[in-house]
Amino acid sequence: MALSRQSVLTVDGLDALIGKLRERGYRVIGPSVRDHAIVYDDIGDVADLPRGWTDEQDAGQYRLRRRDDDALFGYVVGPQSWKKYLHPPHVALWRARRTGKDVRIEPAPEPTERLALLGVRSCELHAIAIQDRVLLSGAHVDPGYRARREAAFIVAVNCGVTGGTCFCVSMRTGPKVDAGADIALTEIVTAGERVFVLETGSDKGAALLADLPHRWASAAEIAEAKAVVARAAAAMGRDLAADDVPELLLRNLEHPRWDDVAQRCLTCGNCTMVCPTCFCTTVEDTSSLDGTETARTQRWDSCFTMDFSYIHGGSVRTSSRSRYRQWMTHKLATWHQQFGTSGCVGCGRCITWCPVGIDITEEVRAIRAGSRAEGDRHGD
Amino acid sequence: MAANRKKPRLGVWKFASCDGCQLTLLDCEDDLLAVAGAVDIAYFPEATRAEISGRYDLSLVEGSITTPHDAERIHAIRRRSRKLITIGACATAGGIQALRNFADVQAYTSVVYARPDYIETLATSTAIADHVPVDFELRGCPISGRQLIEVIAAFLVGRRPVTPAHSVCVECKLRGTVCVMVAHGTPCLGPVTHAGCGAICPAYNRGCYGCYGPMESPNPVSLSHGLAALGMDARALQRVYRTFNANAPAFRDESARHGK
Ligand code: SF4
Ligand code: SF4
Ligand code: SF4
Repeated sequence: MALSRQSVLTVDGLDALIGKLRERGYRVIGPSVRDHAIVYDDIGDVADLPRGWTDEQDAGQYRLRRRDDDALFGYVVGPQSWKKYLHPPHVALWRARRTGKDVRIEPAPEPTERLALLGVRSCELHAIAIQDRVLLSGAHVDPGYRARREAAFIVAVNCGVTGGTCFCVSMRTGPKVDAGADIALTEIVTAGERVFVLETGSDKGAALLADLPHRWASAAEIAEAKAVVARAAAAMGRDLAADDVPELLLRNLEHPRWDDVAQRCLTCGNCTMVCPTCFCTTVEDTSSLDGTETARTQRWDSCFTMDFSYIHGGSVRTSSRSRYRQWMTHKLATWHQQFGTSGCVGCGRCITWCPVGIDITEEVRAIRAGSRAEGDRHGD
Repeated sequence: MAANRKKPRLGVWKFASCDGCQLTLLDCEDDLLAVAGAVDIAYFPEATRAEISGRYDLSLVEGSITTPHDAERIHAIRRRSRKLITIGACATAGGIQALRNFADVQAYTSVVYARPDYIETLATSTAIADHVPVDFELRGCPISGRQLIEVIAAFLVGRRPVTPAHSVCVECKLRGTVCVMVAHGTPCLGPVTHAGCGAICPAYNRGCYGCYGPMESPNPVSLSHGLAALGMDARALQRVYRTFNANAPAFRDESARHGK
């Protein structure tokens, strides 16, 4: 991120930031505690933030825990990603009405809502950039996504803690925010005082800062903000040596590990639903009982369902082996060919939220351990 | 539908069941008039007194086959029906009454009834599809009214109903529910269960009970490892799969793995 001079906000300053965003017509979405987890929800003021809460994460396990301080952003990433808002689970596309012989098609109106996303982590910014590449570049732009995305204001937060399933360092996607935010905050919690070291990354961000009570950061505060992120980077819960992975996986399409993971995989689709980069959708057509109205809705789909690979006559990927392999090789290998980056940002959600704790980093390690020699490439 | 075209005749048939699925249709208050407008409800004992006669364009069948008489009656209904759709766990999997399939029915009747010789019943409770060809199966105990209306609307225009066969987990994620299994350690059948209810139970902090039966590619063996890790013993695992869809093959086999 083109660094601005760093400023400092107090907690009241952060409250003012939320207030100013709301005054400007933004719907502010940020972290909040609900159902024993930190979810992304509507935020009215700082009191809605998860003050003093953190999360403990491991494969197939998430627990909300009390921190011994009052940090507002002292947790990692939760069950939902921002795609819930930028690329929502259901989107109405059009309706058609028939009156006599006349058929009228009414496209759904483009969204006009302006979203301010508060507390976006570095891996999540990278995930949004990946969805931008998929949904906004090329010949087929998703107009709804574009409208939501262009109107959005992003307040990022540099990670001060890392989760048990995080591996952004391996994927070079964090924990320090490097692009894509209007404002980036680093929370510094010292005895009795919490402040946010702030950088702006856009004119919109700088204009908002000008409206907030703030002061310039001291050298000590700047150093501490750096140290906070460095400590997080040193404490990654997982790692995935990523550079040779595309080659490794494509060379091992018949590795016995795929059978092993197929025994465990439930084909439930949770991993794809929680993944911040997974973008696949299907369309559902419905019609009214009297046959005069039809509607088409876009809905999140998953490569773990049978319908996903249904072509004339049946599904192509009927075995869980072929579905898991499709998912993982797309994420980590063929995504590079298709979009020029990995499809994984190392957020760890697919590991945490898999009901049986299947761990993408462990699967890669297992394939590496029994890998075919280089050059000996064959698939099916 | 053109107004002067003859409306399709609908029959709603009952076998061994609690009537809950038929009542779901009557409960679709907002849509009931539209249904009555779109089809001619020619046989529906819960709602009308009409006699069985002629042919039915669409038959909705509730309930399972538990008596020799019903095993014959379903063939008669099939012969009279252009399309036959089964509704609910009883009709699609044998229902809760399929627990008899795991027990000795004669031993029960002799204990429960004063004159067991008056009771004429089969040793098993089975799905309609075990007896006659079925055009579409709508899952659930009870079925969802929204899905029933969707199935009827789809039938009327000849399209495939939108009733995805993926897991309940997908529905959880679509509605933004926090996973009770991962975040609370609550055992949940959602990963092996067919969607349709809209993931009601997890939204109220309960695990899924499996009301819609097995999803399209269930892996209960793996889920059971996870449930055992959450503290379920063999007896609990045997019972958790043995409810409204006890006789659905994936659930039946998995419950049997944990005890007879
Ligand atoms: S594949 Fe897993 S770790 Fe990677 S971005 Fe998706 S959810 Fe996160
Ligand atoms: S890897 Fe885990 S979350 Fe993904 S489909 Fe398989 S069991 Fe479900
Ligand atoms: S609560 Fe149950 S149904 Fe929902 S995602 Fe978790 S395991 Fe699946």
